[in-house]
Amino acid sequence: MPLHFELVTPEKLVRSEEVYQVVVPGAEGDFGVLANHAPFMATVRDGNLTVYAEEKSQPETIAIRGGFAEVNDKGLTVLAEHAE
Amino acid sequence: MASLKALKDRIGSVKSTQKITKAMQMVAAAKLKRAQNAAEAGRPYAQRLEKVVASLASKVTISSTTPKLLSGTGKDDVHLFVVATSDKGLAGAFNANIARLARREADKLIAQGKTVEFYTIGRKGRAVLRRLYPKQMKHAIEPGDLGKLTFDDAHEWAEDLIKRYEDGEFDVAHLFYSEFQSVLSQVPTQQQLIPVKIPEGAAEEKSSAAVEYEPDEEAILADLLPRNVAVQIFRAMRENAASEQGSKMTAMDNATRNAGDLIKRLNIEYNRKRQAAITTELVEIISGAEAL
Repeated sequence: MPLHFELVTPEKLVRSEEVYQVVVPGAEGDFGVLANHAPFMATVRDGNLTVYAEEKSQPETIAIRGGFAEVNDKGLTVLAEHAE
Repeated sequence: MASLKALKDRIGSVKSTQKITKAMQMVAAAKLKRAQNAAEAGRPYAQRLEKVVASLASKVTISSTTPKLLSGTGKDDVHLFVVATSDKGLAGAFNANIARLARREADKLIAQGKTVEFYTIGRKGRAVLRRLYPKQMKHAIEPGDLGKLTFDDAHEWAEDLIKRYEDGEFDVAHLFYSEFQSVLSQVPTQQQLIPVKIPEGAAEEKSSAAVEYEPDEEAILADLLPRNVAVQIFRAMRENAASEQGSKMTAMDNATRNAGDLIKRLNIEYNRKRQAAITTELVEIISGAEAL
């Protein structure tokens, strides 16, 4: 089952897609989120999000600044002030 | 009595005015579309952030360590009015309506013996308020084209506001802007900006599992609250941008129609006069011929 991943900035909804895994640069250390992750909230330090679309696919990185991540039963939502 | 020539010139000048207002209306319509899209694109972020802040705030008990942005300073003597208007006129009553609401609220608070200070974003609002409250102008920002503002701008202003708040310059901040409802209706709105107001009922989303926090709730809250201020300002600016264009479009549409009416009236007058001149001429010729 894929993980629903959303990346939102104040200016627009950057991503909304089904992925395999996302590695988030949390303020207290990186953490990977797979499908069915337990509910979780964390602030995010400036750095790169790593998105794996499929289990074995090439990871894609998205630089984010000023972020915050929330995992709930609907998936992972990353709120960032900037994303490239 | 205006001569034929003068009337013709008058018609020409009204026609070129009409051309200009027509063009401005079309430009506003195009910009409105863009501003509306931008306002919609920003909504998911604001909604999610609000929900998170609300659910966190409901879990944190107010104590001396609670961020001041949430708990307030414990007084409400000095109110800061952040009045967001635009730099440009020719947008109907857009700027005037916002300024009027701010003025009304300010007079109410002043009557209660509170101090009100102004922090204006936009030249038009500042001009009005400075005339009325020359001593209470704190700071003025000229945002330029509202459609081109980025989140960084809003962030900068939010930081400045929070710094002033922490320095004890004011106790409560209100934000004034115009909420965009439709092209025909933009509603001037007042919103409490600082301390952060938690909308009631927003935290009512019951999650079955316990949520884990990293770092703890209070640290996350301290990180999110300033951001929330910036987001609120940004959202207000976006709403303002859409409202300004909507208001401008309506105003210019009216102006174009008025110019059309005026041209019609002037044309009738012109034709009447032309005919009168011809009749006079004919009468002269005929009576001249009869005299022979």
